[in-house]
Amino acid sequence: MIEAHGLTKRYGDKVAVDNLSFVVRPGVVTGFLGPNGAGKSTTMRLILGLDRPTAGSVTVNGKPYRAHAAPMHEVGALLEARAVHTGRSARNHLLALAQTSGIPTSRVDELIDVVGLHDVARKRVKGFSLGMGQRLGIATALLGDPSTLVLDEPVNGLDPEGIRWIRELLKERASGGRTVLVSSHLMSEMAQTADHLLVVGKGRLIADVGVKEFINSAGRNLVRVRTTDPAGLTKVLKTPDVTVTPSADGALSVAGLSTDQIGIAAGKAGITLLELAAQAASLEEAFMELTHDSLEFTGTSA
Amino acid sequence: MTAPAVVQRVTPARVVLSEWTKLRTLRSTVMSLLAAIVFVIGFSILVPSVIRAHWPPRDPRDALNFDPVGVSLVGGFFAQLAIGVLGVLIVTGEYATGMIRATLAAVPARLPVLWAKALVYAVTVLVLMIPTCVLGFFIGQSILSSKHIETSFGHPGVARAVIGSALYLAGIGLLGLGLGALLRNTAGAISTLFGLLFVVPVVVHFLPASWSDAIGKYLPSNAGQGIYSLHPDSTQLGPWTGFGVFLLYAVVALVLAGVALVRRDA
Repeated sequence: MIEAHGLTKRYGDKVAVDNLSFVVRPGVVTGFLGPNGAGKSTTMRLILGLDRPTAGSVTVNGKPYRAHAAPMHEVGALLEARAVHTGRSARNHLLALAQTSGIPTSRVDELIDVVGLHDVARKRVKGFSLGMGQRLGIATALLGDPSTLVLDEPVNGLDPEGIRWIRELLKERASGGRTVLVSSHLMSEMAQTADHLLVVGKGRLIADVGVKEFINSAGRNLVRVRTTDPAGLTKVLKTPDVTVTPSADGALSVAGLSTDQIGIAAGKAGITLLELAAQAASLEEAFMELTHDSLEFTGTSA
Repeated sequence: MTAPAVVQRVTPARVVLSEWTKLRTLRSTVMSLLAAIVFVIGFSILVPSVIRAHWPPRDPRDALNFDPVGVSLVGGFFAQLAIGVLGVLIVTGEYATGMIRATLAAVPARLPVLWAKALVYAVTVLVLMIPTCVLGFFIGQSILSSKHIETSFGHPGVARAVIGSALYLAGIGLLGLGLGALLRNTAGAISTLFGLLFVVPVVVHFLPASWSDAIGKYLPSNAGQGIYSLHPDSTQLGPWTGFGVFLLYAVVALVLAGVALVRRDA
């Protein structure tokens, strides 16, 4: 169980995490979702006591991480940037960390097999691919058989088989009554892995909901419109209740209006429509809609 | 999924074991320490051989001040470069690669990591360099013996100077480690270390004589040289007093590094 109360972190005058309060419960996979720069990694560093909060507090199983006598048994972490000395072999890296907590060498060798690094365990980490680095990071997180897992973007760089393996691992840990917090900036990934979502943007908590609930509430219908004059149509359609988002192929994605309403509006304005089709919102779009206002870097929209 | 892990408390002894594993499993450790040994042994052959070939010196005063220990252990000067740099890298290598986050997540109390690194490195340097300096001393003496200008280990001050060479090197290693932990940056810490050892004495030398006499002997390289000199310079501090002052620099760097480690974000 991870509990954050008013957690705030400022670096100079930049606020990375802004008054975040949440509870990550055991037994379910909790997804920590937000665009890049939303404060996910900072929050994870605060949980592990690597950074000190400017205000507020965060505890793991009722105590600050630092106060635990056997910290690797409480939390296993995969941190965003690789936290490995690249001049050391994978096995020696794991061994050195295991020794701090009296974890036997047999456990190190076992985990090397579990994460599929057997053939390269004695090679220096310098030559590892991103996926191999992730597997080593996951082995590090599992060393102490922790009651809580904190994984920052674990699927980054993994092949499809590795991604499936991670999902199963997380579900298995959670169903065994452990706490799992896993971050991602991809809603589609979270939809397949997580049971519960913490959505953050610009360091603030935007949503604390079940995944199913989130999908249902976000499931407003979208209309795909292709036109010769996207800018003109956007101007015609846009009201506070309507969002118009340009998509990659030049079409517009309109939320809040029916196909009929759009067709009539376009006709009145004398704008030629090439395509007009209703479609269900994808999770990614729902997520984008939710976090749009809190994106740190937003591309200029038409 | 797997057999349960046996997890116990983090103890200082376990952190020391972990730091020993970290130290011995990096190529830079092996290379730097091997270089230090090769410097000491190599120069213990080279310098006494050259002196033997040109003995006696033209100026009889040189024969009077002859230090058979010093000429056997000239390599210590070069060994200090390798050992100082490795001391810096032991800490800055972790910051540069991000390893420090894994280390501090495993040992969230933080300070045991710094003390363990310092202990493991100082002991490693001593265990390797005491025999190396003793061996270099005997190699040098055997070369000098053909001109009957050698000394024996039992001669007053000789054992102190030979073992003192290794003590000085361990002190340099600790100073490098402390500066690395304080500055968290390889280039900055190496520049600071060698600036303190080699540049500051030159700058102080150019100050007015009354100033340079007062300050000079307290600089780390000057304070530390008595311990490995057979005939310590009378204008400098005594061997053990000087070594104490020299070690104080390393201790101050380590204490400041400890404060920074606890206060600053990783």
